[in-house]
Amino acid sequence: MKFSYYPGCTLKNHAKNFEDSTLFSLAHLGLEIEELPRWNCCGTVASLAADDLIHQLAPIRNLIRVKEAETTQVVTACSMCFNTLKRANERVRANPTELAQMNDFMYDEETPYEGDVDVYHVLDLVRDKVGFKDVAAKVVNPLGGLKVANYYGCTLVRPKQVAIDDTENPVVLENLVSALGGSPVEFPLKTECCASYRTVDSPNIVADKTYQIINSARSLGAEIIAVSCPLCAFNLDQRQEATLKYHPDFIGLPIVYFSQLMAIAFGCEEKTLQFGLHHFPPKPVLTGKGLI
Amino acid sequence: MHLDKSVRITRDKETLGFVAKVERISGQNLKACYQCGKCSAGCPMAAYMDVLPNQIIRLAQFGFEEELVKSESIWTCVSCLTCNNRCPKGVKIAEVIEAVRQIVLRTRKDHMDVEKLPLGTLRNIPPIALIGSMRKFTS
Ligand code: SF4
Ligand code: SF4
Repeated sequence: MKFSYYPGCTLKNHAKNFEDSTLFSLAHLGLEIEELPRWNCCGTVASLAADDLIHQLAPIRNLIRVKEAETTQVVTACSMCFNTLKRANERVRANPTELAQMNDFMYDEETPYEGDVDVYHVLDLVRDKVGFKDVAAKVVNPLGGLKVANYYGCTLVRPKQVAIDDTENPVVLENLVSALGGSPVEFPLKTECCASYRTVDSPNIVADKTYQIINSARSLGAEIIAVSCPLCAFNLDQRQEATLKYHPDFIGLPIVYFSQLMAIAFGCEEKTLQFGLHHFPPKPVLTGKGLI
Repeated sequence: MHLDKSVRITRDKETLGFVAKVERISGQNLKACYQCGKCSAGCPMAAYMDVLPNQIIRLAQFGFEEELVKSESIWTCVSCLTCNNRCPKGVKIAEVIEAVRQIVLRTRKDHMDVEKLPLGTLRNIPPIALIGSMRKFTS
């Protein structure tokens, strides 16, 4: 079964560590994926206006690209891209009139969209197409009980129509970490918002959120936090500098993508992990455990 | 001195027009809200808001346009959807807030001037954050 891969903008630059570790891990799991030859920005935040179809066009055009690549399934790693693509897809599937209007508007497209592409997150594939039993069987470098706080943020679990798991208490990341040989910690703030794009205009708000979220993870014994969104990663990691400015007693924790934990457990080379892109260095805790 | 703190609820054409506009853009039935406050209780941004999410719905029910379009809260909300997920009446609060934001933005009154963002911000911030804030703050 072949999947088209939609990387999104941020995985090509700020989150190259996310992309490289994801591609390595999916190949290790034997999943066949191929990047779309042409794709555009998904729009990043789903428009919530009922009367505004123009902002649904960007994600739908990407789904047309998937059809043109002769697949019917697209997978993405970025939670925000996943959310925007899947919500637009669910919206047009439920509203044939809107879909017809949009196809009319996109008269430059040779392929009409008919709601016939399925959108997946990498975690959907790992859980449902591979299964944690097989994931565990492919581990060559178990995580040695590394205590991981799993942070889902918003876009993997809300709204309910596109959630990859329970909206209030998702467990897919915890199950993955266990399969990789790590120890997930109970983490009540796992679906709390990090203040998202307000990092542009109000880093102080993000600093408060990062302070709360990381302090909670620390107090529960976490040695590292796993995320699946490049914006969560930026706010929790790069914004630790601002957090320390606003909260001088702040200590911090390393932030990694769940895919980096997979890649480590699957025996990747260190260059796949691209630690140069991190603010809080994850290497000391990982070398301390003998993982790299 | 006697301060008049009374609130005047009107049913004039303009007020009803505003209520209808919010309901149309948000796709929500504002009257469904019974003011339990659950949306505000779980809102991660409530501490930074001048009008709380349940108050936004209350003001919208009665068409308090001025109070809503001038509130800071419509820009504070990040559409995290925690409120939507928890509302016992199925009201999509985030959609109502988006509607008020849109009512402002559709008159070309942007909340952010991208050209004035410091170069350091533009250089360091990931594209998803920049595009996200442009989608929410500019027309
Ligand atoms: S949770 Fe729903 S019913 Fe309760 S105050 Fe908020 S919008 Fe109204
Ligand atoms: S969507 Fe907005 S109002 Fe609702 S909980 Fe999130 S930040 Fe608060």
